Amino acid sequence: MTDIRVQIVMSGTSATEYICKCTSACAGCSSSLILRHVLKAAGPDTVLVVPACCTSVLQGVWPNTAFNIPVYNVAFAAAAAVASGMAAAFESMGKNTNVIAYAGDGGTVDIGIQALSGALERETNFLYICYDNEAYGNTGMQRSGSTPIGARTTTTPGGKVHKKKDLDRIIAAHNLPYMATACSAYPQDLAKKVQKALSIKGPKFMHILAPCPPGWRYDASKTIEVGKMAVKTGLWAMYEREYDLLTISGPTKAAMIKPAPLEDYFKMQGRFSGLKEEQVKTVRGEMERNLRMLKAEAEGC
Amino acid sequence: MFEIRLHSRGGQGGVTAAKLMALAAFRDGKYATAAPFYGAERRGAPIVSFIRIDDKPIKIYSQIHNPDLVVVLDPSIIDLVNVFDGLKPDGKVLINATEVPAKAAGYKVSLVDLTGIALKINLIVAGSPILNTPVIGALAKMGLFSRESASAAIKEMFSDERNYQAALMAFEELV
Amino acid sequence: MLTISTGNNAVAAAVRQAIPAVVAAYPITPQTEIVEQIANYVTNGSLKSKYIPVESEHSAMAACIGASITGIRTFTATSSHGLLYMHEMVNWAAGARLPIVMANVNRALGPGWNVWAEHTDSLQARDTGWLQVYVATVQEAYDATIMAFRIAEDRRVYLPVMINLDGFSLSHITQQLEESEIGDFIPPLMLDHAIDTKAPAGYGCMTPSTDYFRIRYDIERSMRDSVAVIRETEDAFATKFGRKYSWTENYRCEDAEVLVLSMGTLGKEAEVAVDILRDEGVKAGAMRVRWIRPFPELDLGDRELVVIDRNYSFGFGGILASSIRAKTGRQCYNVIAGIGGQEVTYNDIAGFIRNRRIGEETWFGVDA
Repeated sequence: MTDIRVQIVMSGTSATEYICKCTSACAGCSSSLILRHVLKAAGPDTVLVVPACCTSVLQGVWPNTAFNIPVYNVAFAAAAAVASGMAAAFESMGKNTNVIAYAGDGGTVDIGIQALSGALERETNFLYICYDNEAYGNTGMQRSGSTPIGARTTTTPGGKVHKKKDLDRIIAAHNLPYMATACSAYPQDLAKKVQKALSIKGPKFMHILAPCPPGWRYDASKTIEVGKMAVKTGLWAMYEREYDLLTISGPTKAAMIKPAPLEDYFKMQGRFSGLKEEQVKTVRGEMERNLRMLKAEAEGC
Repeated sequence: MFEIRLHSRGGQGGVTAAKLMALAAFRDGKYATAAPFYGAERRGAPIVSFIRIDDKPIKIYSQIHNPDLVVVLDPSIIDLVNVFDGLKPDGKVLINATEVPAKAAGYKVSLVDLTGIALKINLIVAGSPILNTPVIGALAKMGLFSRESASAAIKEMFSDERNYQAALMAFEELV
Repeated sequence: MLTISTGNNAVAAAVRQAIPAVVAAYPITPQTEIVEQIANYVTNGSLKSKYIPVESEHSAMAACIGASITGIRTFTATSSHGLLYMHEMVNWAAGARLPIVMANVNRALGPGWNVWAEHTDSLQARDTGWLQVYVATVQEAYDATIMAFRIAEDRRVYLPVMINLDGFSLSHITQQLEESEIGDFIPPLMLDHAIDTKAPAGYGCMTPSTDYFRIRYDIERSMRDSVAVIRETEDAFATKFGRKYSWTENYRCEDAEVLVLSMGTLGKEAEVAVDILRDEGVKAGAMRVRWIRPFPELDLGDRELVVIDRNYSFGFGGILASSIRAKTGRQCYNVIAGIGGQEVTYNDIAGFIRNRRIGEETWFGVDA
């Protein structure tokens, strides 16, 4: 039988780099940036489970891979369930190998949510990371349940008419030991959260905003700025929840006190070019409600 | 080959009774199969099970159309289903009842009060009297399998002593 | 140990002998008894497996895939709609060369709801790269499940195996069962391509056409190699446990002038039909086809063929008959019977043989 695995092609990178310099990611890709920090935080005894998403493509083409870590690519809906099986198998062998499912928003909030909900409910010992570029990026930016209202995608040429699904509150309803939100523009915060997540046994979840230059229609050089603006406006709230204890992360605390104008975030991105006034109002309302709820929870009200 | 058709209602233990019959015959050194026919798996719905006993391996999976024996765990089914359908001319009928139902007239009917026996020794699970172990006693009396194999089968499948007692009572009650 | 068991419980008992490290379980009628019984074993400690009570069949196969790629033994069971729901992952399991073992309790497909026996469910999965065996007795369900692990895990195969048993008519029938201590009959699993974090590798990434094509060809090569592995395994099983199996089970075929071919429990019923016809002076024989993938070489000679299909490929024909025609070039009388649990007796089968019209197809009981 032919060996169907693929070998590392690049060498000479730092021992702590698990993504080598030969990915086929787009310029300014923040999801590969996120993964770089996730893997650095996780270390070498880690297996990555990847459903259909940008990451299944950007790792390279058989027989080469840009990832210096075992990567198990699986069907779109299957990441959390495959990770379940893997976690159970490692447990049966007495191994402490990290199992990380790394999925896009389509693979999480849409087609993968059933398997994810099941895996969380079964208290699977794994970390599920949803990197959220707010559309089906790999297939050329079609609307997902995570696409914000008003955003143009190839299947919402007039702008999306429905709101972004509140994934985090769905996840929170599973009462898991650890969940956190993060953003590619804040890698240290992100890495700390990954480390904390992996130090806890049981199901962990992270939702990480991943600005996407071709999808969101901004210059590739602005990928960090756009991510920062999402946080500074308060639109993307960063926090972590350990069991019942919610801690709002520093940048979001600052945004709660003095938020950047929401319009500045929209103006940076071509996808919002047709955004209507009432849609801005809807987004603002949702954002304020979210921050109010988080604040109330953090203050123990 | 000896073929038995067992009529019961969902929840009365007919499926288990069929298994017990097969086990008892098997402990006699015979070949036996027990096949429940499931319709809608609801409590109270009429259920039929097919039991075959033979000296050689049994290859038949289809239903029993011409039984040698019909066992009726719930006499009220007689009004709903023609339990005597296809019964061989010399075929027998065993009914859990205290008197012969009108429709059973003309058949070789044996009666045993399985419900009464179960109630007498408080063999009740979830509000229903257990009929599947006492019926094994009655069938042993009819010579379907030995008394020893019947008691071995019951003890193999149930730890509660009352199941054996009930079978013994049915064995003694059946004339 | 000689006892009695249902077909479902026999599968579970065999799984207890094989000791998979991970079992993924989702209930569906008429398979449920298998995953219930395994849950009992795991709860009472007689089976040391991780039991994953998944939320769907898609996840059942996905969990088996995730577990299997770490190099451990896995098992799951399903039926009908469950098999259809996991179809994507069924393909994935074979493509990923994982020796997963699955019992499928054959059941009709909706609508309307029908929980009784039919082979269309598993035959729809015949092109997935899984090995498929169809059994007809409680003992055979047990034995085939044990052998399935050894066959799937053989380095020459590394493909998943599906054991198929007829819904209710076999899954729920009680027959005698000899349970065997299997000892070292199934060697420890050594999966050459298991995940190893000390030797990181990628699996299933983007693959160009030529390479992909070659990897698919490898599946077919292993499927062909599995022929020898199946033969060896069944021979070793016969030597060790005294119960003999082969590609087909042949009954009074040697001097037969007409053969009735079928799969599953109807194949046993057909033996009774053969006895009836022999008494009438008709030289009939029954051939029960056990393995569908890999499809066996059938010793048909120049005898007339009656093929019973408990399945159908709409717009084409009964799948067993079509396969036989394609593989041997022989014409047959194709009887479509037993669909959705339709009652088919030995007398009916004797009638099929008596009234055979070679080259034609009939739908028993509905084809006027």
